[in-house]
Amino acid sequence: MFDIVGKRYWYYLLSAMVVVPGLISLILFGLNFSIDFTGGSILEIQFESSSAVEPAQLKELFAEFGFGDTLVQSSQGGIFLIRSKTLDSATKVAIEDEIEQRWGSFTELRFESVGPSVGGEVQRRAYLVVAMAAAAILIYISFAFRHVTNPVRYGACAIIAMVHDILVVVGLASIFGVLHGWEVDSLFLTALLTVIGFSVHDTIVVFDRIRENSRRYAGRPIEDVVNHSIIQTLDRSINTQLTVIFTLTALLLFGGITIRNFVFTLLIGIISGTYSSIFNASPLLVEWERRPDRLIYLLSFLLPPVGLAVGLFLLLRGDRRSKPWARGSLVAAWAGVMCLGGLLLLRGLIPA
Amino acid sequence: MFTDRRRTLALLGLIIVLAATAVWIDLPGNPGIHIHLGPINLDRDIELRRGLDLQGGLQVLLEADLPPEETVDAGAMEATRAIIEQRVNGLGVSEPLIQLSGSKRIIVELPGIEDPERAIQTFGETGLLEFIDAGRTFLPAGTVVATTEQVAPTTPISPTVTVTPTTELGTLSPEPSLTATEAGTATPTVVITPTLPRGPEGPVYQTILTGRHLTGANMGFGELGLMEIHFQLNDEGAALFDQYSSTHVGQQMCIVLDKEIVSCARINERIPGGSVSISREGGFSEEEAESIVIRLKYGALPIPLRVETNRTVGPTLGEDSLQKSLLAGAIGLSTVTLFMLLYYRFPGVLADLALLIYASVVLALFKSIPVVLTLPGIAGFILSVGMAVDANILIFERMKEELRAGKGLRLAVEQGFSRAWPSIRDSNFSTLITCAILFWFGSYFGASVVKGFALTLGLGVIVSMFTAIIVTRTFLRLIIDLDVVKHHRWFGV
Repeated sequence: MFDIVGKRYWYYLLSAMVVVPGLISLILFGLNFSIDFTGGSILEIQFESSSAVEPAQLKELFAEFGFGDTLVQSSQGGIFLIRSKTLDSATKVAIEDEIEQRWGSFTELRFESVGPSVGGEVQRRAYLVVAMAAAAILIYISFAFRHVTNPVRYGACAIIAMVHDILVVVGLASIFGVLHGWEVDSLFLTALLTVIGFSVHDTIVVFDRIRENSRRYAGRPIEDVVNHSIIQTLDRSINTQLTVIFTLTALLLFGGITIRNFVFTLLIGIISGTYSSIFNASPLLVEWERRPDRLIYLLSFLLPPVGLAVGLFLLLRGDRRSKPWARGSLVAAWAGVMCLGGLLLLRGLIPA
Repeated sequence: MFTDRRRTLALLGLIIVLAATAVWIDLPGNPGIHIHLGPINLDRDIELRRGLDLQGGLQVLLEADLPPEETVDAGAMEATRAIIEQRVNGLGVSEPLIQLSGSKRIIVELPGIEDPERAIQTFGETGLLEFIDAGRTFLPAGTVVATTEQVAPTTPISPTVTVTPTTELGTLSPEPSLTATEAGTATPTVVITPTLPRGPEGPVYQTILTGRHLTGANMGFGELGLMEIHFQLNDEGAALFDQYSSTHVGQQMCIVLDKEIVSCARINERIPGGSVSISREGGFSEEEAESIVIRLKYGALPIPLRVETNRTVGPTLGEDSLQKSLLAGAIGLSTVTLFMLLYYRFPGVLADLALLIYASVVLALFKSIPVVLTLPGIAGFILSVGMAVDANILIFERMKEELRAGKGLRLAVEQGFSRAWPSIRDSNFSTLITCAILFWFGSYFGASVVKGFALTLGLGVIVSMFTAIIVTRTFLRLIIDLDVVKHHRWFGV
């Protein structure tokens, strides 16, 4: 029999190895937001004669119209993707006429233009949406598991697994944004929320079994109950995972290029979702029962203000048993501040 | 046992009817529903609606172009939307979408539009205001007319046509008349409710002036204390109008907005200088005057708009995406079917059958609601296939456990379903929560792709709960009743 709970620290390590680079990239480079969130224009055109133009020439043309920081990408078949500041209709027509005059006729495949005010508003609302989804799910899980002894634990562990998946996906988007120029657009947000939904979906399936087994095997150590539940649901987890991987891989390979990043994000997120529900969320329930101090230290490290508050609270309470905990959370908070500070410093040193 | 069996059979009948209906709706070239039974008239074409990213087209988000501190009147916004709708209908686009989004934005979606630039000009700019020469005919407000749109050279023109108005003259208010006047001041605040256009009929009228000749309009009280409408013309307009009015005394001149008569008035005298007033015996009612002034003033739109976002997809890119994602969907679906067959054997066959019913029911729902299908929407649908299978996998795994524990087939099947149900319910509910939030987010700023995904995934999840549980369970019960299953091996145990 597999002993997943016993080897949980190895699985936490694996998660950290995926999450930490993404987090670092996120702090150092941020996200590469698309025009959906920042405003701007994308013009995709295809020339009839494929070798007539160089990207640099198009860039120059846009500069002549006062659009200095324009990005031009060319791909096969004389297709050019031009990203610029928001173009109004009149300027766009003028530029297109000029392009046609200089390099011959072309077809406009796509044109998107978003005003900067809408972009900013959408970005604010996007954060709100992610927060709302998380809150709604926490409430729902606490409700669904209300008959269990510690319902909030289940909700909190599901949320931790969910934050793990968000970090995997967002970190990945940041890394790919740096390496391949991937953009965070409204489709990415859609993928992210779907991943959130799936992550919780998977977690609930495992938790449901734990809920059932903890009634049936009351009195057995929690490690055994959790491990047994994971093993029992493992077939289902793997099979469901496989069917989703089949469908998404088909979309990835044969679907159009426009949703390729979207499908890839979904695929990574859903794999991460299953992983986190088996190897993070469920073992964390054990952790909470056995070594809650470690959870508090981790939380203090990730969110230093929380660590500071918890540490001070425990110190002030002044009872003998809570002293080492107070010290631990303060140290963790301090370490967290140092790491974050170091990264922010590094970010300042990186040339824009 | 007997009643149980009858219930199972009844459910089977229901499922067969449902599946047959779904397949009938899904069939290409479905004639739609046309029922004419006494007072009941039901006409409904059933076809799959493709979103902009699949068939090409234009999506524009228009925003009220007002200073940020100014509040936008909801009624005025609705009137603006209605006018835009009227103009879009004039473009001859099939299935346009024009809706308010928030308090100061309007979304316009025009699938399959050929010339997006021209379309934006047509509906986004302040409308086409004209003054036409109606000869001796009084045209009632709301009449749709054809005009030359070109202002004639400043040579005297004689009326070319006369028509009989379609409405009875007896029901009309007294004829308004035109006289020269001093400019007055008044600011209108009320909005108009435009009527829907009717097909143009009859002759082509000569345009005398257009909106660009107009410099201002307002309402005020005339000599007798009666409500009048005043408007002012620029130099060119004044010259044109002077010329025209001198030769057309006693004839009708009509204000036309987007080819629809707003108001007609008789010319009482030659009007030089470009300041014109429209008066009527007994005066205009305040509402009527305001309505006309607003239309004169703004051309058409009570609220000026600017294009905030603009998305255009060429038809080739759209068509290509559709073909590819359909292929991907077919491959994904058949891989899943094959997997279920190989891994779960006999129940796998039933699950596959349930999956096919699932796919046809969802497709039928898409067609009949109708759901506008976008590329992410298809992805949502394909993803929901995975979830539909997930419910069955949960159940079958549970059944296998019960079989291994030595329970009989019938008991194992029943317990597999009842024990798997809480986790199916809870997990799907959390997905539905995210779908609802996504849908709300997508509606907010016109991201129809986000909305489409949320809608298809959500629908898929709901239908999948039905097919995975009711349909598969009915099949399984029936098979067990028939007593053909001899070995647990058939269940992959």
